[in-house]
Amino acid sequence: MAHDSLYAAPTTAEAEPGAGRLAGLRGLVGSWDAVIVAALVVVVLVASLTVENFASGRNAQFLLLDLMPLALIALPMTLIVITGEIDLSVASMVGLCSTLMGQLWLSSGLSLELICVLVVLLGAVLGAVNGLFVTGFGLPSLAVTIGTLALYRGMSFVVLGDQAVADFPADWTAAVVRAIPGTSIPVVVVPLLLLAVVFGVVLHATAAGRALYAMGNNDQAATFTGVSVARTKFWLFVVSGAVCGLVGIFWTLRYASARGDNATGLELTVVTAVLLGGVSIFGGRGALLGVVAGVLLLGVLRNALQLADVDANALTIVTGSLLIASVVLPNAVADVRARLHRRRQRHAVAS
Amino acid sequence: MTADAPGAQAPLLVLDGVTKSFGAVAALRGVHLALHSGEAHALVGENGAGKSTLVKVLAGAHAPDSGSMSLDGQPLRLRGPADARAAGIAVIYQEPTLFPDLSVAENIFMGRQPLRGLRRIDTAAMNRDAEKLFQRLGVRIDPTRPARGLSIADQQLVEIAKAISFDARVLVMDEPTAALSGVEVERLFAVARSLCLGGAAVLFISHRFNEVFDLCHRVTVLRDGAWVSSDDAADLTVDEVVRRMVGRDVSSLYPKQDAELRDTLLEVRGLTRAGVFTDVSFSLRGGEIVALAGLVGAGRSEVARAIFGVDRYDTGAVLVAGRAVPAGKPGRAIAAGMALVPEDRRQQGLVMELSVERNATLARRRALSRLGLLLGGAERAEARHWTRRLQVKASRLGAPVATLSGGNQQKVVLAKWLATEPRVLIIDEPTRGIDVGTKSEVHRLLSELAGEGLAILMISSELPEVLGMADRVLVMHEGRLVRELPRAEADETSIMFAATGQGATA
Repeated sequence: MAHDSLYAAPTTAEAEPGAGRLAGLRGLVGSWDAVIVAALVVVVLVASLTVENFASGRNAQFLLLDLMPLALIALPMTLIVITGEIDLSVASMVGLCSTLMGQLWLSSGLSLELICVLVVLLGAVLGAVNGLFVTGFGLPSLAVTIGTLALYRGMSFVVLGDQAVADFPADWTAAVVRAIPGTSIPVVVVPLLLLAVVFGVVLHATAAGRALYAMGNNDQAATFTGVSVARTKFWLFVVSGAVCGLVGIFWTLRYASARGDNATGLELTVVTAVLLGGVSIFGGRGALLGVVAGVLLLGVLRNALQLADVDANALTIVTGSLLIASVVLPNAVADVRARLHRRRQRHAVAS
Repeated sequence: MTADAPGAQAPLLVLDGVTKSFGAVAALRGVHLALHSGEAHALVGENGAGKSTLVKVLAGAHAPDSGSMSLDGQPLRLRGPADARAAGIAVIYQEPTLFPDLSVAENIFMGRQPLRGLRRIDTAAMNRDAEKLFQRLGVRIDPTRPARGLSIADQQLVEIAKAISFDARVLVMDEPTAALSGVEVERLFAVARSLCLGGAAVLFISHRFNEVFDLCHRVTVLRDGAWVSSDDAADLTVDEVVRRMVGRDVSSLYPKQDAELRDTLLEVRGLTRAGVFTDVSFSLRGGEIVALAGLVGAGRSEVARAIFGVDRYDTGAVLVAGRAVPAGKPGRAIAAGMALVPEDRRQQGLVMELSVERNATLARRRALSRLGLLLGGAERAEARHWTRRLQVKASRLGAPVATLSGGNQQKVVLAKWLATEPRVLIIDEPTRGIDVGTKSEVHRLLSELAGEGLAILMISSELPEVLGMADRVLVMHEGRLVRELPRAEADETSIMFAATGQGATA
């Protein structure tokens, strides 16, 4: 091989763009995302045919409303898991934000608008506490957020005890469940879609998004490239907390009830949806569209099972099984593929 | 100084014509070594001379490709570390590997604890046995305390206690004194001498010649993986040993063209980090390549990382083109025009799972954004430009960088940093682990970049590379800059003298 000049011959370097795109397409067809989308289609079809009332407009409205908390929290969770961290305190932050909203409405005399702003800020502060422990003290997020999962849940019972605040103004509680006129799609889906687009663009089409993937794969190399790993992760936890504040408001108004046990166990569903969506629990891999598919699959499945009168414990079993499957299966599939690939290469060499 | 020559009787351990290659790189080429019972034997050589590989062969971690070993006249084949241990060969590394949360005694007897009824561990007997070992060594360490918190010196003594509990007859010590203070070295040597008196053979690897001559009876010199000489220490001088370590021709592989010197681009003033490096000051002008030479562990990479902001420093200042760069902020260093090609390509230079394209543009991700958005085309075009200029061989730009060869990976790291159009390029071991063809490409590229006005700080453990490429050579020894040699005065001997702490007084 002649190395006459460093500037010579474009022949050696890489890639015709067409080849890359084609390979990308091939990768997509055989990918985990495709499996999830196919599973979603199957669940929708089977449920439409076998479950009474599933295919009604009224159910679609309820389904989307039920989906809201899961879908909203899955957005920051996706980014956090891609950096190699996790936030298990999300459901407890929702609960604490909800009870604080109830307590403020009950006793402070502030307007509901102002209370909503304060609740979102409170969520951000709760997230900042997580972020501080994880990045400031260098503790594993798994341990920190299991701790705050218990801490925040406990605090939400301190705020309201076992009573519930229910006397929110009817125009507010009606507003969050109202459908877009002429359809059965709730109005609140619009801000959800906007947020999903924002998170998708940040993750896939900005410098910050590139940094998230880099630090999820190798935070040392990311640091050497000028990425502020700690600062970025801190702000992700803050955003996660703020979104939980929003969900706390939505939850409280939708059920017209601020209670200490609101959203208990939601973290399991969120993490399941994110991993189902193809995000690697080890960090560094995943896409937001996959997570949207994962959220829809999990939401539709739970809705259909509820309509079919499957009890709540069975639902938890299904969710837990899906969580494990979504961690195990992609690895198993990759394993089988690698083995097939090796065998094919051996055949190619042999022939 | 030396005990009576034990060379009369037959040697205890003999290595004859031992060869070991890793891929195309020959790490050991026909090495001879004869260790006698009761002898302390020094093994010296430059970085990369093959000392560590030889230690690993003795430890049973590497099987030699050819050549023979014998112990007590019996052929010796080591299929793994367990075989070496069974044969009575114990290796003590520079950084001991103890279990920090177990007690000292548990560390010594790991895997073969004395048992009593019902297979329970007999802790009392274990502590007693450990106590006896320490008495034999003449040191006082509490066997019941956890290993965590022991000084490096005491950890090494625990390793030695472990070794003699195996009845080790050959004790290999790989730079055991690198982290020790004077008193601790004396204590270690006292232990080593008493082991020799007891009939063991000690193989001692060190860069510190005064220690070599203080402890050892014989000295074996390795160079480029090959055996050079074995002599009685009494017949040698430090000068002679250094000459034998470096004596080879400077190859003409490394063509640094003379470039016009421009303004000062990088200034480092009194950089200090406690225990790592002290009062490091130098400056770099555009158009010159300055090499930072020294032995492994002298603090060169640490200085580079501190300059770039990946590591913190306690005092001092870093200026690029006359303007101070804040400490501890790689992002700001990059913005100021600095680039660092780090020592460890796989851990620090690249995100192995990401594509060539993403890696090549990662440092430019902000500059390539339009209105904050980073859309596909910009990165691809940039990556294509730089991978072509550096002739990166990859199946496609979307391929994970892990699938590339070492040389091509290094080119991707270079592409990533050259794309930032730096004014100051710090490059740590630019050609480690890459093939000869790519090596000369990298050297030619560095020379061209200097010609374009970059200031280049090159850290290299390969003396021919340093001598071929550098306009000036800065030599570090134990965290300090000890010599500055202009090109005309730099040769292998002068650099090695300074790097081993001998030239500091010259």
